[in-house]
Amino acid sequence: MQKAGSKPTELKISRRTALAGLSAGAMAVAMPRLGRAADDTVRIGFPTPLTGPFAAEARDQVKCAELAVKLVNDKGGIGGRKVELLVRDDKLNAGEAATRTLELIEKDKVHAVVGALSSAVQLAVNEVTRARGVIYVSISQSDTINEAKDFSKYTFHEALNPHMTTAAVAQHTFKKGMKVAHLVADYAYGHEMLRGFKRAQAAIGADSVGEILHPFGAADYSTFMPRLMSMRPDVLCISNFGRDQANAIKQAVDFGVKQQMKIVVPVLLHNQRLAVGADVFEGVVGGANYYWGLETQSKSAADFNGAFRAANGGAIPTDYGAYGYSGVASLLQAMQAAGGTDTDKVVDALEKLQYDLTKGPQHYRKCDHQSVQSVLVLESKKKSAMANDNDLFAILANDAGSEDMLRSCSELGHAT
Amino acid sequence: MDLSLIIMQLLSGIALGAVLVITALGLTIVFGMLGVVNFAHGAMFMIGAYAGLYLASLTGSFWWGLLLAPILIGAFGMLIEFVLIRRLYGRSIDDPLLLTFGLSYVLVEGVRILFGSDGIPFPTPSQLIGVVDLGVGFFPRYRIFVIVMVAAVLVLLWLMLEKTRIGLIVRAGARDPVIMQVLGVDIGRVWLAIFGLGVALAALGGVLAGPMRSVNPEMGSLVLAEAFVVTVIGGLGSIPGAVVAGLLVGISISMVALVAPEMATIVMFALMAAVLLIRPQGLFNVRGRVA
Amino acid sequence: MTAQSNRAAATKSVFGALDRFGDQRVLLSIAILIALPWLLPSQALAVNVLIYGVVVMGYNLLFGYTGLLSFGQAAFFGCGAYVTGIAIGRYGMPWFAAVASAVVVSTILAAVIGVISTRTRGIYFSMVTLALAQLVYYVALQASSFTGGENGLRGFTVDRISLFGLQINFLDPLNKYYVLMVFAAAALWFQSRILNSPFGAVIEAIRENEQRARACGYDVERSKLLVFMLSGSISALGGCMLALHLSIVPLDILHYQTSGMIVMMVLLGGARSFFGPFVGAAAFLILEDVISLWTPHWQIFVGAIFILFVLFLPKGIWGTLLETLPIARPRR
Repeated sequence: MQKAGSKPTELKISRRTALAGLSAGAMAVAMPRLGRAADDTVRIGFPTPLTGPFAAEARDQVKCAELAVKLVNDKGGIGGRKVELLVRDDKLNAGEAATRTLELIEKDKVHAVVGALSSAVQLAVNEVTRARGVIYVSISQSDTINEAKDFSKYTFHEALNPHMTTAAVAQHTFKKGMKVAHLVADYAYGHEMLRGFKRAQAAIGADSVGEILHPFGAADYSTFMPRLMSMRPDVLCISNFGRDQANAIKQAVDFGVKQQMKIVVPVLLHNQRLAVGADVFEGVVGGANYYWGLETQSKSAADFNGAFRAANGGAIPTDYGAYGYSGVASLLQAMQAAGGTDTDKVVDALEKLQYDLTKGPQHYRKCDHQSVQSVLVLESKKKSAMANDNDLFAILANDAGSEDMLRSCSELGHAT
Repeated sequence: MDLSLIIMQLLSGIALGAVLVITALGLTIVFGMLGVVNFAHGAMFMIGAYAGLYLASLTGSFWWGLLLAPILIGAFGMLIEFVLIRRLYGRSIDDPLLLTFGLSYVLVEGVRILFGSDGIPFPTPSQLIGVVDLGVGFFPRYRIFVIVMVAAVLVLLWLMLEKTRIGLIVRAGARDPVIMQVLGVDIGRVWLAIFGLGVALAALGGVLAGPMRSVNPEMGSLVLAEAFVVTVIGGLGSIPGAVVAGLLVGISISMVALVAPEMATIVMFALMAAVLLIRPQGLFNVRGRVA
Repeated sequence: MTAQSNRAAATKSVFGALDRFGDQRVLLSIAILIALPWLLPSQALAVNVLIYGVVVMGYNLLFGYTGLLSFGQAAFFGCGAYVTGIAIGRYGMPWFAAVASAVVVSTILAAVIGVISTRTRGIYFSMVTLALAQLVYYVALQASSFTGGENGLRGFTVDRISLFGLQINFLDPLNKYYVLMVFAAAALWFQSRILNSPFGAVIEAIRENEQRARACGYDVERSKLLVFMLSGSISALGGCMLALHLSIVPLDILHYQTSGMIVMMVLLGGARSFFGPFVGAAAFLILEDVISLWTPHWQIFVGAIFILFVLFLPKGIWGTLLETLPIARPRR
């Protein structure tokens, strides 16, 4: 059945060329890896999805993490030791991330790991570092990591979680007696956002008129729109993330949803707004950890923007970039306080740390190691109201950080 | 449940089905004539959307993008057939499938290099922005345009295949390529044209879907799986099969979205499994060809 | 002169034995696997070669030896991993019982998918296996109370393994490698037995000419179903190894891109060769590792290399090596 189509002589030449290529590849593998930096460096592993749909966010994270390392190295490092950042591509795949983290720990002997963007990747890295007693600072947004089941005393959560963002967004958009509808991605992260919105909604006294779960990663949302319109809500909460969010908002706008109700999302992403355009996002309200425009109200933000601009030819840092910066920088501050990389001492220092890196005071709560921090509520600007290409959002509110924003330690299952 | 909602839901299902039909059509035509499963079909859909967007921004009009992108990408498809796939005729039927699978990696990554990994906004043409009041509810003007457009393409395709000399050669070539060669028809050129047509249809699907979805390098992988399911249900190689199955899947998804929205994706696969158990060769295929 | 020819004879016998029928090929394959962690840049990579080698080996039985191009092997890989994890984490089973039940459950799944898909032939088979495997993916995504959904399965940390009363620290990468290698060795032996049996001849007859095999009186349908189940059970064992290795099961393991990766690996290594799957897994993973350190656009190179293999090296690295070396033609 299987017959070679080309003549044998042709085949031989091409085969030889291919084999030559292969052996060249084999040599590249066999070549000794580039010289290891002196053993007294402080090594920090940084898995991030350089390939895949969040590559832009990942690149921002890397730039900001490198900035944090550079600033510390310029001042002499950690007790004279240079800091080295080992960036690895986790490909937005939990299995890949776990493998890369194993390599970072076993082969590169890192002192700590910072990073991850998706919830699944964060939990995979957490599983690896927890079993091996390695410090991990997560910069992915999720409620799961705070719960006792996945808790590790070595893991710190620098990012916001859906509970915090939904509460802040609801606070500034819901009113008593308002009718609220929900469109929710049917997976853990979507359910976390829905739970957050519903809790805030109950506290404010708004009424739920219905919720629709959609399959995670769906490309078409048109089939949900007639039902959402027929619910006649005042506010539509779209609880999904990334591409799902972009597609859902775009199609809701096509169906004329914005003429009837306000669209609200838990997290408004800088790069996603760029990917979809100003007209579609106009008037959409959502939460954020950081927005560069904060520089007019916060000195920390102005300093961070300044340092980033200086290092990156005038570009501005994005929301996920700021996570990369504060995740690495807070860890390095703790290492400085602990006088080195001894794991228990650094964990202790992180628990005691009070830091202000990008937007105001932050600290890690003792029971679940969640970073207590301010939450921004942003509204996407109309195209004509934008002063320049980076002027995407108006800041509606900047809620100062407080432990009241978080779910209580006992609710999360931690001993109090 | 009120009737107007059901009508609206039916209409969204047809609009969704229309995009499925156009993508499945290219896949099924190429298989029917060449016996090649184009695994890069989803990637062609994606580069079609990018080409449409690029050409639209270059010419300043969505309509030029809609017209030129399928032609350009269709020509690219012919180049692929001429340079790569042609070498594999006569070898195992798996080889073109494997080759196009590798090709899809190259195309997706190529687009990432050229246009970046983020999505790019594809604005709806200004004439088609907004909604139409249908009495039972509001429906986006653009989606109605998509339904009309797909119907027009189907009519054109039918006319070409049934009423022209080229169509005659194509239909005969699908049935028995050896006899065609004996009769002095250059079957290689027919295959080249058909592969180009299949790819052009994928690209057209991409341009049409662009304003409804965000345009990004991964948009094709989902489409590929959907197109596979539709062609399997309809019967590989069958054009009426692709049309009926596309609409059937679209409407099923839409109706399930009304009662159990989180199951909307699974229903498509369940439908396929059911069809396979009853008619393994698909709804519109004659037994013996593939099963 | 004589030394040279001796050496040539030695190479000849080593390569030949690695691929041809006989018990030496199992022992020689194991010998190479024993040396593997010392040859590769990291132990995590070596473990991955081991895991994917077993998965691809199971797939090779179906695609290479029987000629059935399935695009849904990820379903069994994933099923093995998930059932292992759930059995340990949820039902508190010891690891060997978990692995055994995972293989059994996956074989049943393979029987179900096999009954539907082996009714079809050719390209249809590829598409049906693809779509059914995607169905398994969506089911795992939805059944999040069992599988952890998109977050992946967690909560079954395997940090030590007891073996005949011996407590082995499973966090040590080398211990882990050699424990998992025992699984791989068992799979190699099992596969060799299948290929040596009369059934091995039947499936090759089906690949060469299905009509003729049927005319010879073989029950083609039943043989296809059986080989589908055997192939699924071996790939599922690879899944068990992954679950034990990572202590998590990522949802992506079930995605059709994993199936595609398995197909790529078998073609790179050499379909229808005994040791080819391990060579293919190693080549793919090393390629990815090396290129992705150098550029984030590694996929364009992987895709292009794969195209070149389909065009010019359809027998893969191992298959071509066996043919090019000055040894007697390996038997088909």
